[in-house]
Amino acid sequence: MQISTARTAEQFARRQSLAERFAEFIDPHYVISDEETLKPYECDGLSAYCEEALIVVLPETVEQAQRVLQICHAEGVPVVARGAGTGLCAGAMPHSEGVVLSMAKFNKILEIDTQCRAARVQPGVRNLAISEAAAPMGLYYGPDPSSQIACSIGGNVAENSGGVHCLKYGLTVHNLLSVQFLTMEGELLTIGSEGLDSCGMDLMALFTGSEGLLGVVTEVRVKLLPRPERAQVVVAGFDSVTKAGDAVGEIIAQGIIPGGLEMMDGFAIQAAEDFAKAGYPLDAQALLLCEVDGTNEEVDEHIAAVEALFHRLGATSVRTSQSEEERARLWAGRKSAFPAVGRISPDYYCMDGTIPRGQLSHVLLEMQKMSEHYGLRVANVFHAGDGNLHPLILFDANIPGELERTEEFGGKILELCVEVGGCITGEHGVGYEKLRQMPAQFSDAEIVQFHALKRAFDRKELLNPGKGIPTLRSCQEYRSLDMNITPNATVESQQDSKGATHG
Amino acid sequence: MADLTAQLIEQVRAAADSGRKLNILGGGTKAFMGRQVEAEQETVNLAEHAGIVSYQPVELVLTARAGTTLAELKAALDEQNQMLAFEPPCFSEASTLGGTLATNQSGPGRPWWGSVRDHVLGVRLINGKAEHLRFGGQVMKNVAGYDVSRLQAGAFGGLGLMSEISLKVLPKPAMQRTLVIECGQTEALKLMNQRAAEPKPITAATWYQGKLFMRLAGAGSAVDAAAKAWGGQELEDAETFWLSLANQQHPFFETQSPIWRFSINSKTPEFNISGDHLIDWGGAQRWYAGDYDWDQMVSIAKHAGGQISLYRGGNRTAEVLHPQAEPIQKLQQRLKASFDPSGIFNPGRAYSWL
Repeated sequence: MQISTARTAEQFARRQSLAERFAEFIDPHYVISDEETLKPYECDGLSAYCEEALIVVLPETVEQAQRVLQICHAEGVPVVARGAGTGLCAGAMPHSEGVVLSMAKFNKILEIDTQCRAARVQPGVRNLAISEAAAPMGLYYGPDPSSQIACSIGGNVAENSGGVHCLKYGLTVHNLLSVQFLTMEGELLTIGSEGLDSCGMDLMALFTGSEGLLGVVTEVRVKLLPRPERAQVVVAGFDSVTKAGDAVGEIIAQGIIPGGLEMMDGFAIQAAEDFAKAGYPLDAQALLLCEVDGTNEEVDEHIAAVEALFHRLGATSVRTSQSEEERARLWAGRKSAFPAVGRISPDYYCMDGTIPRGQLSHVLLEMQKMSEHYGLRVANVFHAGDGNLHPLILFDANIPGELERTEEFGGKILELCVEVGGCITGEHGVGYEKLRQMPAQFSDAEIVQFHALKRAFDRKELLNPGKGIPTLRSCQEYRSLDMNITPNATVESQQDSKGATHG
Repeated sequence: MADLTAQLIEQVRAAADSGRKLNILGGGTKAFMGRQVEAEQETVNLAEHAGIVSYQPVELVLTARAGTTLAELKAALDEQNQMLAFEPPCFSEASTLGGTLATNQSGPGRPWWGSVRDHVLGVRLINGKAEHLRFGGQVMKNVAGYDVSRLQAGAFGGLGLMSEISLKVLPKPAMQRTLVIECGQTEALKLMNQRAAEPKPITAATWYQGKLFMRLAGAGSAVDAAAKAWGGQELEDAETFWLSLANQQHPFFETQSPIWRFSINSKTPEFNISGDHLIDWGGAQRWYAGDYDWDQMVSIAKHAGGQISLYRGGNRTAEVLHPQAEPIQKLQQRLKASFDPSGIFNPGRAYSWL
């Protein structure tokens, strides 16, 4: 859906004059103000929400980015920082009257410090590129979101990205040492240090996952980990989701913390197998992938324990990877679950709630009821180790009203997650997309506190405005009406028709 | 052992209305930390606001009131063969969870098992407007809203009164062994950094007076194989050694001199500072005992890529935590004001300007 309407002559003039000012100190090729070239920047990985920026700039130095911010601050122009644009919550969607500050040119790895196992990188460096550069030293960067081949570390900091190895190796917030960032006023600050902690309140934690609302990342120092000697994955089929859920609890109860622990439901198994031919058991109602990594001895010991446990708990099939090639193939099914589902449906909508693991059966059952109520199919992919659920709702945007039904269904799933003690987003972020569900998780007083906190960093509220935290007014409307209003938007734009979505 | 939330909210409201400053007190075992504050502050006693609210071993999540003692948590976790992996110092039986998070205290396993802030999942906090707020949650992953929970680590209670904290807990390792190697400091630093880069189950590395102690923990077969490969003498009663270090009852901490703490780049070579010292966290945390010049210690810490704090003793009316760059200082003042507009919570405890 396009959020705003046609531009006025005044806005065109503003675009023109700002572009001229930026071109004085940024290569004019990297100051984008024509509609055709602005197009690719209209959305991030969640293309259901689009907006044309006033201008996109791609600075090449910190000083250039600093001047852009100083000018925008002085002129009261909103700024949306952008990494690789792979985010899934419309957090990098432009502001129609604002500047998109793309950090794509900041793509250098500045230092790999083998001795103390750290890397200093620019924000546009891809997540996977860090691990690739560190590989010759036997090191790697822990967090591995599914988009790691493309997503940038600056974006990872903004979203506190996770991945399939979070339970054991943590989120982005657990793997950072320091961050250098620009404030909206253009001040260059460094938080954290080369040590493991810093004096005073933990600004590093606050900044991580702040969705580009508090500052623009210009440099990051990350921790590197020694690559495990070996990793092996056990894939087990179960005839019920409950049994698979119990098995997850049992692994933890035995004191084993797997490197990765993923679950798929019957529908997702079918789609993934058709797509990736990973060799999954098609008769299973639930599939567990349990990866154990560590030293050779540890992997031997834990794999044997996990296999025995799966058999004891009634697994209908148990298969353990015997080679790196087989391990990759078994993971390929899980990793391609989203595109696999995309192939059997014109469109799908990916949710990101987190729940206490013990609530899994209940949540899946409730979701099944909702699925019938809305007449929309849903496939489930679950980071079972840390309770992060990714229901994929299948729909067809060309059928009038189906996108709206899908969004409503999705919203109900997230509210259910909060109800059972979880949260509305485990790793994708709130961005623009989940503003509507924020009041389900936070009270008005908490929302007010968030806004006050933001103003401590950005007193004019110009950095990524209208994202992350809903306005108090829209929260109150949500509570009183329980309808699908679009938070932080004007009444007119809520009535806009919704267009294409991603798939 | 009760829920005193309503009473605490009232006390905060009354203080905010009258402009009285509040000194937040748990077990009182960390009174020596931070700056010395004015005597006329009113005390908010959290020690009675205690008790485990929920503990689900299979979820690896525990929620407790801020005044709950670490001893009580440990007893509950022991029954399930689980632990607080950040090895918080228990200065005495009275040390509380709230104080541990407020002062950001973690033990020897910190570089490998994470710090207290790494294990925090959520907090409930009474802000300066006497509003009882909830941030984070009781699940491993939660990125909705700003991470106000982990922000509390090291804030010395200056952002509000924490009433409840949710933590990630972990299973205890199946086996632990500790190896001792006799070597000088330079050699120890080299070995610590080398070993930390190997994919072995190392979980602590400490050097004191010519001895390097390295702890291995995990699956029995993995610990045994690493111990064999690395060599060194096995430490008898290793658990007592690591506990004494975590609880700061190790002989180094018995000194009457001021104690200084460096948090720095682990590869930093040996400092040219005389006096008793102990290296922990695989080189990233270094303790010194003695009367040193503040500015000189700050400068040494900066060169080592990190920070200094005057941890115990010495002049506690001056600054005791590493100086902050001016814009960061202003940012922290604005942040405090956003939570505590009348400046009632622990003013001046972390920094004179906060």
